[in-house]
Amino acid sequence: MSSLATGLKGRAELGVALLLGAVGVLVFLDANGLVTPYSQSDPVGPKTVPFIVSGLLIICAILLAINVLRGGKGEAEGGEDVDLAHPADWKTILPLAGAFILNILLIDWAGWVISGTVLFWGSVLALGSRHYIRDGLISVALALLTFYGFYLGLGIALPAGLLEGIL
Amino acid sequence: MDVWSSLMDGFATALTPMNLLFAVIGVLLGTAVGVLPGLGPAMTVALLLPVTAALEPTSAFIMFAGIYYGGMFGGSTTSILLNTPGESSSVVTAIEGNKMAKAGRAAQALATAAIGSFIAGTIGTALLAVFAPIVVQFAVSLGAPSYFAIMILALLAVTAVLGSSRLRGFASLALGLAIGLVGIDSVTGQRRLTFGQPLLVDGLDIVVVAVAIFAVGEALWVAAHLRRTPLHVIPVGRPWMGKKDWARSWKPWLRGTAFGFPFGALPAGGAEIPTFLSYVTEKRLSKHPEEFGKGAIEGVAGPEAANNAAAAGTLTPMLALGLPTNATAAVMLAAFTSYGIQPGPQLFSSQGPLVWALIASLFIGNFLLLLINLPLAPVWAKLLQLPRPYLYAGILFFATLGAYSVNLQAFDLVILLVLGALGFMMRRFGLPVLPLILGVILGPRIEGQLRKTLQLSAGDPAGLFSEPIAIVVYIIVGIILAWPFIYKLIRRNRPAKKPLLPANSGAADYSD
Repeated sequence: MSSLATGLKGRAELGVALLLGAVGVLVFLDANGLVTPYSQSDPVGPKTVPFIVSGLLIICAILLAINVLRGGKGEAEGGEDVDLAHPADWKTILPLAGAFILNILLIDWAGWVISGTVLFWGSVLALGSRHYIRDGLISVALALLTFYGFYLGLGIALPAGLLEGIL
Repeated sequence: MDVWSSLMDGFATALTPMNLLFAVIGVLLGTAVGVLPGLGPAMTVALLLPVTAALEPTSAFIMFAGIYYGGMFGGSTTSILLNTPGESSSVVTAIEGNKMAKAGRAAQALATAAIGSFIAGTIGTALLAVFAPIVVQFAVSLGAPSYFAIMILALLAVTAVLGSSRLRGFASLALGLAIGLVGIDSVTGQRRLTFGQPLLVDGLDIVVVAVAIFAVGEALWVAAHLRRTPLHVIPVGRPWMGKKDWARSWKPWLRGTAFGFPFGALPAGGAEIPTFLSYVTEKRLSKHPEEFGKGAIEGVAGPEAANNAAAAGTLTPMLALGLPTNATAAVMLAAFTSYGIQPGPQLFSSQGPLVWALIASLFIGNFLLLLINLPLAPVWAKLLQLPRPYLYAGILFFATLGAYSVNLQAFDLVILLVLGALGFMMRRFGLPVLPLILGVILGPRIEGQLRKTLQLSAGDPAGLFSEPIAIVVYIIVGIILAWPFIYKLIRRNRPAKKPLLPANSGAADYSD
């Protein structure tokens, strides 16, 4: 049991193989469920390409699993602001995702101005800014500006939500 | 001269005050996002797609042309002043460019990069104007079997040639193809991978997919590994070059252009290989080989020219065949489709004025870059100091806004988050992003060509080989797939060579 645990440790990439395999199976099952009579005008049919894609996914999943178990490793992407020396910082990611999800839940009901403010403010705070009031003002300004910019400039009416009638 | 008169018409369209304004906006925006970490031209075009939906297609593409070249220029500024290249194509520029900057020659490094980019971009665009119509003439004679083969070649080449792991490239491609399958099958009307969800029936909007993978994935990824210590930006004044710098730069510019354009124009495009080749060549030919690794101006001039010439080259298959080979071209192709314009060889005849205005605006954009950006370099350097929380929160904010405004449904934001998480995972585990995007865009079109081919041959697989071009292309595909094995055979018979790049330069390993 413990040898299995140490064997799996640091092999998080196996999860990628698992995901590829799962998507492959999903694509296969979905295509298999399609019912189409053979037609002279479309000999390939809607199933062939999904079958090929699912095959490709499953082959990649198996090869990747073998590659990882043999010690292969995908190279994490670098960048100007990326410091790979420290591990993934979940204390930043989770609040960030939280702000994003809050926006999804709020956008249709409360409207873009409110949900966009929440999104930007939440993201800035999650990313480590501590100028609460200044950030809040910037967030409101951005949300209002984009709301009117899209409405007047592009003719796209973002949802006004709770502020309907005020905006 | 037919090309000449079409091009002049293109200039007439692109030089109207309104379109010129869009070109200036494009160039400024492109440079800004090229300089800013975490943003690239592909992401910018993707974010702007919904905004430009209200514009004339011509104006939109003129702006995209500015963003395309501007982003390239901005990228090299960052790699010279920061030594942390944002894109793989400016990795080589950073090697010598940052050394020059550290030695107090940042102004000269930026100048040779800017002027070299201008020269290479202008020559490259001229070559594009000459070659694209020739490719079109050749392409109109091709049928479905050849198209199918060429698209397969493009997908495989981008997947197998670029990046350090072929296996991870194919994994990314397969995911992209699967995403491309979602929605109604255009021939039979069957729903594929919609899981009974009516909102998935129309398929995933390419704008949403591109914004999710490029913008949301990147913002989440950087957020997880945000550098807490501020980067050291080398201060810079106005770029300029002395007589000696000119003498040492002009030949590398031309040689870099000669490397860049053909590589960009091949379906296997990409700017990584030509910039690398240019660097190695300049190192061999230089009269000052001892300066290489310490800040040789040739090592900036050549690769930068190669990079921009490759960018121009990439547009040849994009405009003539509807075949994108880099991320920005892929998103621009998606833009064509969203305007209801069919990419491919018909483009030049059906949308002639638009295409020629686009090509003309590439010339204009190049010139504007030189004119605007030489004096503005210190301003761009200041942009690098933007507080990171605002930058990445802003990316998420505008990504959300852009994706939402396409269809005004919150469901798209759910997809944005899910695919953003996928983009995060791909960055974490070294899966390249480009094959996925190409898979999403080209997948449905490849399927269409395949079905057309077999429809013509009444289901006989031999129909796939019914055109000579198709057979030639399949042979090339075979060579690409077998290349690692061929390479091993050659290597076994030859002693290994010394690596030409300094260790830890961050350049990708091309041997695999």
